[in-house]
Amino acid sequence: MTPALSERMDDWGRRLAPGATVLVLLFFGLVPFGVPGLPLIAPAGTQIAVFYWAVYRPDLMPPLSVFGLGFIQDALAGTPLGVGSLAFLILHGVAVSQRKAFVGKPFLLVWFGLAVAVIAAGFASWALASIILGGFVPPERPLFQTLATIALFPCFAWVLVRVHRGVVH
Amino acid sequence: MREPGYRMAKRLALPLRGFAHRFVYPLLVLGAFALMILGKADLLLIERMRATMADALAPILSFMSEPAARVADVIETGRELIRLKDENAQLRQENERLRQWQVVANRLEQENVQLRDLSRLIAEPPATMVSARVVADAGGIFVHSVLIGAGAKAGIGKGNAVMTSEGLAGRVATLGDRSARVLLLTDLNSRIPVMVESTRERAMLAGDNSHQPRLLYLSSTAHPNPGERIVTSGDGGSFPPGLPVGVVADAGDGPMRIVPFVDFNRLEFVRVIDFKLEGPVVQTEVPRGRERR
Repeated sequence: MTPALSERMDDWGRRLAPGATVLVLLFFGLVPFGVPGLPLIAPAGTQIAVFYWAVYRPDLMPPLSVFGLGFIQDALAGTPLGVGSLAFLILHGVAVSQRKAFVGKPFLLVWFGLAVAVIAAGFASWALASIILGGFVPPERPLFQTLATIALFPCFAWVLVRVHRGVVH
Repeated sequence: MREPGYRMAKRLALPLRGFAHRFVYPLLVLGAFALMILGKADLLLIERMRATMADALAPILSFMSEPAARVADVIETGRELIRLKDENAQLRQENERLRQWQVVANRLEQENVQLRDLSRLIAEPPATMVSARVVADAGGIFVHSVLIGAGAKAGIGKGNAVMTSEGLAGRVATLGDRSARVLLLTDLNSRIPVMVESTRERAMLAGDNSHQPRLLYLSSTAHPNPGERIVTSGDGGSFPPGLPVGVVADAGDGPMRIVPFVDFNRLEFVRVIDFKLEGPVVQTEVPRGRERR
């Protein structure tokens, strides 16, 4: 017997939830709220979400989705195309390759892993953006954004854990 | 009978899947680099891809930015209520001063019309204007640009001036059908020919991703004082002369910088103005309308 439509829809919803969280965070990071400083820390959420799902549900956050989400981010944010995709792929690579060290381990260890991944991704995007844009991009803002991402990890992780348990299982 | 065949197919597919899995990641990394190189080569294809993606998602961002604007309004209202009394007094003073200016402006306008008649000046073509909402602002981490929710279909053209009521904000850099990307004058790659309003001394306004763009190529004899107005010079033909840009900042010994009139933290609506000038940027534009036909 084929599963009922509602069941299949439920299943699809579950599968798409991780990508959808990244997309929603991405949109929220771009919408102008008119609050000074907010656009600077808002993109932190997308990086955290990509890392989180790559660690806990890599089957639902495959590299192709990561690449696509990075492409959307670049297209909407105006950054050189490819930079966001590569940054997300670096986060994904660190998360998936070190998965065994993270899953079921203390939160602090995962936080440390995220810090390493975010710093690597941040440095790569800054260096590549500087080369492509043909000038030295002042490093203060990218650096601030990287530090904000690391500092905000617990807040976003709290939300993502809720989504993980409530929707994805 | 179906079962063994299915199992065999699965047995064959498994290593294939493993193979694909192992190579997808490096291929995608290469793909990201390829995008960067193609983008750097300034291929039209890449620009079109970006515009198409922005076009597709601009309605969602536009939908989301309306409640966001309401949130911003509530915050702003709170702020305004606190300083209501001071602001009223200030506005009354300003109103009085502006009324005097209005008299002067009326007289000058009359005089201008008469002088134009006398000298048979050829009038500039009338500018067309489109108002658009800012739907995405990436916060200027690598680039200082915003996405607006109107594009070629609304009559916007590449290179058009983008202004707010305060002054010049930037120009249209990438154009889609329903969206357009505005390169702000603080961006690393923004170059705008400007002049000191009072002395007409020419300079180039160059953004460097900071809040205050630099004034380059100002003649060594020119020493504009802090607070002097900087306007577009009209050189290069992409903007008309006289659009307000900002005032000279108090720089000390450092490079000369300006404080833009536009508050880039609060860009909500902008006016995109086509002055119908045949500037260098406009000439390089691909005639999109003609292509589609």
